[in-house]
Amino acid sequence: MLVIVCPHCGPRNSNEFTFLGERSTRPAVAATTPAAWRHYLYFKNNAAGEAGERWFHVSGCRRFLDVERDTLTNEIRSVRDVGEAAG
Amino acid sequence: MASYPTRYSALALLRKGVTRSDWPRAWRHHDLRSSYDVVIVGGGLHGLATAYYLARNHHITNVAVLDKAYIGGGGSGRNTAIVRSNYLTPEGSAFYDRSVRLYEGLTEDLNFNIMFEQRGHMTLAHNDASLRTMRWRAEVNKLGGIDSEVIDPAGVKELAPAIDVSDRPRYPILGALWHPPGGIVRHDAVVWGYARGADVAGAHIHQGTEVTGIDVASGRVTGVQTSRGAVAAPVVINCTAGWSTLIADMAGVKLPITTRPLQAAVTEPVQPFLDPVIVSGTLHVYVSQTARGELVFGASVDPFSSYSSRGSLGFTEGLAGHVLELMPGLSKMRLLRQWAGLCDMTPDFGPIIGPTPVAGFYVDVGWGTYGFKAGPVAGEQVAAMVANGTVPRLIASFGLERFEQGRLTAEKGAAAVGH
Repeated sequence: MLVIVCPHCGPRNSNEFTFLGERSTRPAVAATTPAAWRHYLYFKNNAAGEAGERWFHVSGCRRFLDVERDTLTNEIRSVRDVGEAAG
Repeated sequence: MASYPTRYSALALLRKGVTRSDWPRAWRHHDLRSSYDVVIVGGGLHGLATAYYLARNHHITNVAVLDKAYIGGGGSGRNTAIVRSNYLTPEGSAFYDRSVRLYEGLTEDLNFNIMFEQRGHMTLAHNDASLRTMRWRAEVNKLGGIDSEVIDPAGVKELAPAIDVSDRPRYPILGALWHPPGGIVRHDAVVWGYARGADVAGAHIHQGTEVTGIDVASGRVTGVQTSRGAVAAPVVINCTAGWSTLIADMAGVKLPITTRPLQAAVTEPVQPFLDPVIVSGTLHVYVSQTARGELVFGASVDPFSSYSSRGSLGFTEGLAGHVLELMPGLSKMRLLRQWAGLCDMTPDFGPIIGPTPVAGFYVDVGWGTYGFKAGPVAGEQVAAMVANGTVPRLIASFGLERFEQGRLTAEKGAAAVGH
């Protein structure tokens, strides 16, 4: 079981959070092609190791969080609110 | 030294018992050649079945199956060994129906007892929406000639008396989809049977051989780099699970796959009391009793992606609660062990089989939580695709191009236990 240290609520069990997947850059909706949009929707890096993810603290502060996690060991390197600039 | 190969039979068993001579190895060790006609990455059920059908159906025998660890150590040895074909879409049910038929003849075909027990497969409905989807599935299945019907709670009780069909549980049982040809298989035996069959036919099985790179020149695959040296090959097939995106990355091919662990557990053995395979989508659990008497439990995939196959306490707690909702009589049973396997989840819960933008590089991946039941048919169809150079009709809707073309399959309703 994973413990995520929420910047607002402190250490919490991961079952309080919703995993939203890898962060990726959304193409400009007005300028994109259907193929490029589908690529954005479906294709992920699926990194084995360092991954930049987005989680939602659904049963806590209800804030969106940027989580850096090692997908081989599940070790979490950092958690910060999406509103915070990358340190 | 025993001669090779020995055909398994009662007479062979008697002869070995009397003469006390050694059984030959079921598959042999070979030196790694510097080139093969076909290199298969991944020595699981899919890779070995592909090698077997390449040899048996198409006489392509200069084939290497490479596995970084040992054969059948990934998803093939970690699944819950359930076979069924009552899928939702016509293309899905036709594909899995072919697999069930291959499984039915596999013990004879491979001369290896795979212990396929067609004890029936029952998916429980706990709400009106599930019941409605099951009626739909049953009709699709019947049109395709697949034995599948909706039964009421009394029918559930008759087939599986241990199940609580009363109003006591939080989600009472309203009915079930009943699929008599479904059942369970000894999964290791399928891997070993295909390995032996492929080996007899001439394919080389290389365990402990990790692929570290894939060579591509002018848009064509030319071979692989391995931990034991380079191997040239005009055809490379990615038959891995869990690590499939990492292998495809080596050839510069992106796949729409995320890797998620799925946990399973097994209890101590008890006397036979549960005949069919029981599945509940609402409770996220499936249960079957093995020939040895243990109950095998599986759940849905973990709630976040990971390459770590460690079990978690949260899974055990949830599983125990859900199983007791279905069968309160099991409260004194003890779990013996739990484990996890890595599942390649695709956006539409359909596999990805076919050619890729790199000529000669094929994929048979994205098998989510349904790869074991598809092993024989996937091997047969991939072998036909590689031998004939065209995509067979049975797998035409499972190509990689469907994601960029927006032609997703709609199999989530019947492929995933959690839905």
